[in-house]
Amino acid sequence: MERAGDETFEVFITDTGESFRCGAGQTLLGGMERLGRKGIPVGCRGGGCGVCKVHVTAGEVRCRKMSRAHVSAEDEARGIVLACRCRPASDIRLAVIGSMDKAFLKHAQAGGAR
Amino acid sequence: MAMTGVMRPGHVCIRVLDMEESLVHYKDRLGLQEVDRDDSGRVYLKAWDERDWFSVVLREADAPGMDFMGFKVDGTAALDTFEQRLKDAGATTERIPAGELNHCGERVRFDSPTGHLFELYADKDYMGTMMGLVNPDPWHEECCTGMAVQRFDHCLLYGSDIDGTVKLFEDALDFRLTEQVMDGELRVAAFITCSNKAHDLALVRHAEDGKFHHASFLLGSWEEVLRAADIIGRFKISIDIGPTRHGITRGRTIYFFDPSGNRNEVFHGDYSFYPDYEPITWTAEELGGAIFYHDQVLNERFLTVVT
Repeated sequence: MERAGDETFEVFITDTGESFRCGAGQTLLGGMERLGRKGIPVGCRGGGCGVCKVHVTAGEVRCRKMSRAHVSAEDEARGIVLACRCRPASDIRLAVIGSMDKAFLKHAQAGGAR
Repeated sequence: MAMTGVMRPGHVCIRVLDMEESLVHYKDRLGLQEVDRDDSGRVYLKAWDERDWFSVVLREADAPGMDFMGFKVDGTAALDTFEQRLKDAGATTERIPAGELNHCGERVRFDSPTGHLFELYADKDYMGTMMGLVNPDPWHEECCTGMAVQRFDHCLLYGSDIDGTVKLFEDALDFRLTEQVMDGELRVAAFITCSNKAHDLALVRHAEDGKFHHASFLLGSWEEVLRAADIIGRFKISIDIGPTRHGITRGRTIYFFDPSGNRNEVFHGDYSFYPDYEPITWTAEELGGAIFYHDQVLNERFLTVVT
């Protein structure tokens, strides 16, 4: 369970120009969801599916273990992380990389083989 | 019907990012019991109503997902026969010695066109339930903790050539198609059984092979599904969707994620499938209700989020 710390930081989503305040004890995704805000797509919330992948272009985050199938060590070093596993340690600017916008049937057909 | 050959799903090995928080989830929330650990760090779990030693194995890894799913067959002769039939059907098989998984006999592992690893085994140590086999109580409160799931029931897996995997299970293992979703001439989802359940394995067509959509656990009633939802709320477990009803298989269900992002289902109720039954077909234009019968709309996260 996430607890809001005393400290909060500004999280700015460059794609939409929106921002929200996120507690130091909350994940970037959890902070957004808690306020009913949108901008980062919400998947498993457990660092497994890669849907909430973002590029932190400014600021510091503290991250828990994320699926290496979605975030390589090089990615992580460059600030490409999963928003569900990272807590802000300063004000943050991020760009959204992940998506869930694949329509099921279209996506299914892209699988090809019959 | 006489249930011979492949009898049932017997185990699933799930990769998790953090073992300790995963154990809180699978033991305290779902109600599985820890029954062993091995030298490689894998943890073995069973549900209160299961008789064999374990049904869920957790392995800590860098990426979540499913390592393999195992089915129990009725004897070592059947294991040999199915191994040959799998080879004849074009699968690559591998014998894994008894004891590689604690309490489990020799396994025949095989690959599949969708990129998933499956295995068959004939023997697993008997642990039994707390209630025993002589004049048993229906359940004991000591073992019905958390959501109190009764058993590991089935998996839904994602991959591209689902027709190939269905054919392998039909031709080599005598599974039968119970339900399918058709987009015109293209089958986009298939539900197959080795027994008389609405599904022992489900497959959805997906661009990426070897993906894990969920492992499902059986509950005793719709009321228990609602009780599971209360536990999900109390402990702020990452919820996906539900409680609701599937059109496909008629299951009453709720979906949520383990702490590593692997999806779990707890559900109650489908129907009995008999060998003379023809499969049920759902059409793509009615897919919303086929999946979630109450909402009747497609849910993007449910359809696309996998590990």
